[in-house]
Amino acid sequence: MIGDPVPRIDAPKKVTGTATYTAEVWDAGQPLYGWIVGAAIGHGRIARLDTARAEAAPGVQLVWTHRNAPKQHEPDAGQISYARARPVLTSAEIRHHGEAVALVVATTLEEARAAAALVDVAYEAADGHFDLAAREAHAVEPPMVQSGLFATRSKLGDVDAAMAAAPVTIDRRYTTPYELAQPMEPPACFAAWKGDQVTVHTSTQIIAAARARIAQTLGIPMEKVKVVARYVGGGFGSKLGVQAETILAVLAARALAKPVKIALSRQQMFQLVSQRPASRQRVRLAAGRDGLLTAFAHEATIQQAYGSDFVEQTAACGRPLYAAANRFTTHRVVSLHLPPGGDVRAPGEATGLLAIESAMDELAHALGLDPVELRVRNEPPRDPESNVPFSQRRLVECLQEGARRFGWQRRRATPATLRDAHGWIGYGMASAIRTHFQLATSVRVRLGPSGAAVVQSDMTDIGTGTYTILAQTVGEALGISHHDVRVELGDSDFPTSAGSGGSFGAANSCNAAFRACRALRARLAAAAVADPLSPMHGLDPAGATLADGRLAIGHASEPVADLVTRLFPSGVDAIGDVADGTAEPSYKAYALNTYGAHFAEVRVDAVTGEVRLQRMLGVFDGGRMLNRATARSQLLGGMLWGAGGALLEDAPVDPRYGSFAARDLAQYLVPAHADVPEIDAIILEGVDDKANDLGAKGVGELGICGAGAAIANAVFNAVGVRVRDFPITIEKLLPGLPR
Amino acid sequence: MKAFTYERAADARAAVAAAAARANAKFIAGGTNLLDLMRLEIEQPAHLIDISRLPLQAIDDEPGGGLRLGAQARNSDTAADPRVRTRYPLLSQALLAGASAQLRNKASIGGNLLQRTRCAYFYDTTAPCNKRTPGGGCAAIGGLNRNHAILGASDACIATNPSDMAVALMALDAEVELLGATGASRRVALRDFYLLPETTPHIETVVHPGELITAVVLPRAPAGRQLYRKVRDRASYEFALVSVGVLLAVEKGTVEEVRVALGGVAHKPWRALEAEAVLRGRAPSVAAYQAAADAALARAVGRGHNDFKIELAKRTLVDALTKAGRP
Repeated sequence: MIGDPVPRIDAPKKVTGTATYTAEVWDAGQPLYGWIVGAAIGHGRIARLDTARAEAAPGVQLVWTHRNAPKQHEPDAGQISYARARPVLTSAEIRHHGEAVALVVATTLEEARAAAALVDVAYEAADGHFDLAAREAHAVEPPMVQSGLFATRSKLGDVDAAMAAAPVTIDRRYTTPYELAQPMEPPACFAAWKGDQVTVHTSTQIIAAARARIAQTLGIPMEKVKVVARYVGGGFGSKLGVQAETILAVLAARALAKPVKIALSRQQMFQLVSQRPASRQRVRLAAGRDGLLTAFAHEATIQQAYGSDFVEQTAACGRPLYAAANRFTTHRVVSLHLPPGGDVRAPGEATGLLAIESAMDELAHALGLDPVELRVRNEPPRDPESNVPFSQRRLVECLQEGARRFGWQRRRATPATLRDAHGWIGYGMASAIRTHFQLATSVRVRLGPSGAAVVQSDMTDIGTGTYTILAQTVGEALGISHHDVRVELGDSDFPTSAGSGGSFGAANSCNAAFRACRALRARLAAAAVADPLSPMHGLDPAGATLADGRLAIGHASEPVADLVTRLFPSGVDAIGDVADGTAEPSYKAYALNTYGAHFAEVRVDAVTGEVRLQRMLGVFDGGRMLNRATARSQLLGGMLWGAGGALLEDAPVDPRYGSFAARDLAQYLVPAHADVPEIDAIILEGVDDKANDLGAKGVGELGICGAGAAIANAVFNAVGVRVRDFPITIEKLLPGLPR
Repeated sequence: MKAFTYERAADARAAVAAAAARANAKFIAGGTNLLDLMRLEIEQPAHLIDISRLPLQAIDDEPGGGLRLGAQARNSDTAADPRVRTRYPLLSQALLAGASAQLRNKASIGGNLLQRTRCAYFYDTTAPCNKRTPGGGCAAIGGLNRNHAILGASDACIATNPSDMAVALMALDAEVELLGATGASRRVALRDFYLLPETTPHIETVVHPGELITAVVLPRAPAGRQLYRKVRDRASYEFALVSVGVLLAVEKGTVEEVRVALGGVAHKPWRALEAEAVLRGRAPSVAAYQAAADAALARAVGRGHNDFKIELAKRTLVDALTKAGRP
């Protein structure tokens, strides 16, 4: 049952429109509507403000600027970033283009938006820093990477000496652009107060972080804040923390004593939601003629906003990847007057592996060695930097199985030698790796007298399938059908989880649920053996099993429903917990990652240089799959995102204004259906017993890791043009297209 | 979005009368562009006259072998019409290369002609734009202008017309039928319909205020192979970096008839008469096509990010002509 490709149990609600998303919530009556006014400059100050026209506009209930917005609390830098206070409308200073400078609340959405256009703001613009390349000389090493989950730098041996001594070296620079998560559902909030208690429906990945942020921003006890997010239309990291829309809705609802709803427009999602920072990376590789690496160095310089401490783990992803005695990795940040960077699906790996795996392809080409073989030869026996064993690592199997299934042997070693009537054909591949995390999570499982189970956690389902995998896990652990498991998520009244993010949600919550079921079984067994009416009376409860709706010890058994009715007339529940990985001995003793291999075939139009993906295959090792269908969907989605990163996604900054110039999905391009003719993800079944009880890890981000590099390498194989400035667009290929 | 009033017109005459009776009225059909612009207050009509249900959906044969496309014929229906597909495959191909299936189901022929540029700065109301605020300046000049014009641009505006359909219609010598407020109707050749930006980029067509597009009339298409080629970063649902519409008829080793139009390169769908002049009467060859492409782009000016479009347009045009000219 665990692992079966069970269709999503929430699918009927979603396809019939009865799954209620935040902006559709109506349960506290007719709300008022808020609209956020964004700054029209990138850096400077508000010089003059006139809100009179907006205040006089039809339906307007409230206009706030930094002058009259409620006082809020400042963030405590000691906390994880997305749980910190996030005050809005606090000063006349403009920190980035589009930053909230005013809020208008009106009776209707249209009135709010129309009045927002009447808020008259004059600015005193200052010269801002908007250009990463131009400011690269000001890069500094940050104290922490990803809130301290990764070291800023690592060093082993002497890379420079190894580079000088090696017969073959690669020293290349790669750049990646700003990218945006842009989930289908925009960030939205519906807030309603009752006395000093507020209920906040908000589109978020982590209920507890939203709750902490709201409580701390307002300076009220956490218990006064109830946060609900039953259905979330994607997040991809952009909803790890709630933003201005939620804080302002909560504040305005309190001030007006009426429910207030605020949703961002698609355009605002280019300004009020953090972006994947642009990066400039240098990769150095040294190898013998046999392809064995003697040095690996990866230095990443990424954008940071002034005042932000977010750093993605761009240069950390190569640390466990390949063997090499001499190693150096580091992160540097450049502060700019842009929106704060933030987590976007596979933060660090998405961009870092694009560079590393391109460089490995360049090395393979320089050596005249097959790129798959180069990676196999550099498979490390232990984690090359922490020197602990890997828990389970089947990267080589992924590479070889992928090569076999893809028909890799048909690849031409010499670029620009395979053509059809439409263009140049190229094959490319890349490895995938992603760190596995475990974060503290609790789940309650309750058995009612009918024998049906209810699962409760503040865990979220952001479109990934959490509802379904929890039903499967609990169904199997309790020996009942998943149809008899009701899953209730996304509510701060339920036990606290780490939420959805970092590929940790599925394993965290299913292991906690599994442990809750084990505790329930123990309680039932203890009660049964103590009950003279039970056929299991007096038996050893240690051997109890749950199957087919019965509790059994040896040959004696009894329906669970009877047991519960007799001994727990109001039902019985148990809470299961998983601890933070830092507290788990196996997470210190082993290096835990997920792995994969990507293979891509592209066609580059011989006339225009348009790159079209023809085929793509990924083979993945991610521990035990909880639902092969939802896992595969996650992997495919990640691979497509990799394709977008290689070929399409790009939010360029206009350095004159400090703004992302194009702010809609007609110009910020992601792959459309026609861009993906044939794609598949193969999962190597396995159990990582060092990870947790279920042996499960996460695959939400694994699919994107390395995917773009496979495509970039295929483009090189097709036309012999190596583009290191992503995305690979027509103008970068046209001058070098083979005749 | 500004508050506005709305009415549904009973017939075309009522629609133009309603437009004449109100200040700042606008027609709305599919609304696929207008509504976005209204939300951003780039368009601020006080009154909308819904023309989507007017009896202008028909596609009718014209005497002499032409075709009359009602202004309210949907893009999807027009692309699928068997007469369009057999007699004007260029138009069908261009329509299908545009937008998405959902948008084509909603978009009308008249609305497609009047859609506005997708220049990012036109949509960014915090940036200067001479289209939005005449005299305000052009942010695209000196800005991020990868998608911008290489032909016919001015110091006031380098935006492009985004339509695929109009490129085909330009090559096919279409005419636009307009109904004025007085009830008088007139026809304008599409070639004269669009304006270059010059110093007044906010004026994009010769349509008078309150005038309604009632039809697009296609003359009988000359014999010859028709072909539309759109170049873009992704495989669908994207405006053209460069597009090419060609019609080429080769008889006894000589180019008898040729039409060349380009999209994504100028403030209007661009008819390359110079390229046609190079080819007409000449023997078809790659060298001739190259000469035609050079002529078409002879006055092209890059603005930095869009420099590559000059070479891209030439390559695409040579390739399209080569394919159309194959025996």
